[in-house]
Amino acid sequence: MTVLLDPTSERSPTARPRLARPEGLEGKTVGILDISKPRGDVFLDRIHELLAARGIEVKRYMKPTVSRPAPLPLAQQIGTEADLVIEGLAD
Amino acid sequence: MPDALPAAPTDGLIAIVKRDCPTCELTAPVLADIATRGGITVFTQDDPAFPETISAPVDDTDLGVSHRLKVEIVPTLIRMDGGREVDRTYGWDRAEWERVTGIAGLGTGLPTMRPGCGAKNVEPGIIEKLKVRFGETGLVARPVVIGGAEDEIEAMFDRGWSDGLPLVPPTPERVLRMLTGTARDPKEVVGICPPDLAPATVEKIAINAVMAGCKPEYLPTVLAAVEAVLDEPFCMHGVLATTMFVGPVVVVNGPVRRQIGMNALGNALGQGNRANATIGRAVQLVVRNVGGGRPREVDRATLGSPGKYTYCFAEDEEGSSWEPLSAERGVPRGRSAVTVFAGFGLQGIVDQKSREPESLVRSFVGSLKAIHNIKLTGGPDAMIVVCPEHARTFRAAGWSKQRLYDELYERCEFDGAEVVAGAQGMAEGAPPSVLGTKVKKFRPGGLLIVRAGGSAGMFSGIIGGWSAGGASLPVTKEVRE
Repeated sequence: MTVLLDPTSERSPTARPRLARPEGLEGKTVGILDISKPRGDVFLDRIHELLAARGIEVKRYMKPTVSRPAPLPLAQQIGTEADLVIEGLAD
Repeated sequence: MPDALPAAPTDGLIAIVKRDCPTCELTAPVLADIATRGGITVFTQDDPAFPETISAPVDDTDLGVSHRLKVEIVPTLIRMDGGREVDRTYGWDRAEWERVTGIAGLGTGLPTMRPGCGAKNVEPGIIEKLKVRFGETGLVARPVVIGGAEDEIEAMFDRGWSDGLPLVPPTPERVLRMLTGTARDPKEVVGICPPDLAPATVEKIAINAVMAGCKPEYLPTVLAAVEAVLDEPFCMHGVLATTMFVGPVVVVNGPVRRQIGMNALGNALGQGNRANATIGRAVQLVVRNVGGGRPREVDRATLGSPGKYTYCFAEDEEGSSWEPLSAERGVPRGRSAVTVFAGFGLQGIVDQKSREPESLVRSFVGSLKAIHNIKLTGGPDAMIVVCPEHARTFRAAGWSKQRLYDELYERCEFDGAEVVAGAQGMAEGAPPSVLGTKVKKFRPGGLLIVRAGGSAGMFSGIIGGWSAGGASLPVTKEVRE
């Protein structure tokens, strides 16, 4: 454990802040990342249908294996193409 | 772990020694003599077996007892009575030892006196750890606990503390060491930092100076620079928030330049000198972290400038025949000062042929006239960094600094018809009221001249200023210990 002294004016919590949630999905591109867990696609396909029915652009991505983090090129591709990502874990 | 300290006796004699001290070695037989003639508890700072003359020296290699007893020199001899210290001596002085112990005839074969050695618990790097361990730092900044599996450099990036480059982790020990660089109270408010208008205390500035990579001896200069940028005439809020390129440029004058090893010579405005690089960076980190002034938030710069990482250099006073910038601005020679200027970039003045000041000044004027736009007048300030070979030409002809100021101000002038909007096929320019008049490029006092640079090369430089015509004024502050 390391203790550092806060260099700021201490107006925000010391925990790393999460990115703000988008106010809506209009005009956004939603990425759906399938982590290659069996039957995860059943849930994600349904999410895709529901988003598409609302006219929201969806891009699909898939990790090669469930057991390792996404390869860097895939993570970078998602980062440049999608405004937000839905990631599903299911059995 | 203060509760895990070995107990110091509440009555009787205590000695604190270390093997790495010839005077402690010298007194080892005396300690044995005292042990047999009345008893003594001996704490040892480095080698738990030392001194071998004592049957059971107490291990104080973690230095907790030494710290609690405020030992500064070894050997130290203390007499306790009912939990209170009633007498103390240090080093070897027979008369003193006999007085404190009440035992006559100590160390008869030894010299009368030998000075002791510095105690381990007050060594730099150790004293800070002990103060943290015993909760004696006096620091009030919020502790941020980094998880054991977290990389602390990455953790600082994640928390948004960085300017984009790695930071030195501001541990309490490092911050305490940084604060040894100044006599100022860590709680003193040096200024109110925009845009959040948060108080920039000496402690917060020290934390940011640690992160920037400063040595403690740089801290007084950092404090002076922060004080200067937060002084109202500098208008740090505007300098931060403007869409223009500027950031604080810090010029250091006086003895502190050489004391802390700043570069005023070759590559003075470039990379490679720790003091130049980290003092300027610390100022920027204070604005970022204490003030909350971050790019693409309140910092609205269109392009910014590489100088917004750090922009700090020293004037070459020794190589100059002119008075230093700080002296010109009211600080007596021989005293250290910083001057801050809202500036950007470096536009070179290349003139390798002029050997007469009348020719060289024309090159300076031509370059100066182009700042911001060849047709914009009355707005920009500028700092001119005159290199040694150009300065030599002015000096040989007897041009004072004031003469150069006057010549540049007078000669940086246009006919209204040259700069009126639309002239020369450029829409940019002055209103029609300038027609038939002469228009000065700079406001009176809008130029600053400093001397720096390596001995070879006829290359001076212009640091462009902000365009708000004095919305940010240069500020000079003395460096205080």
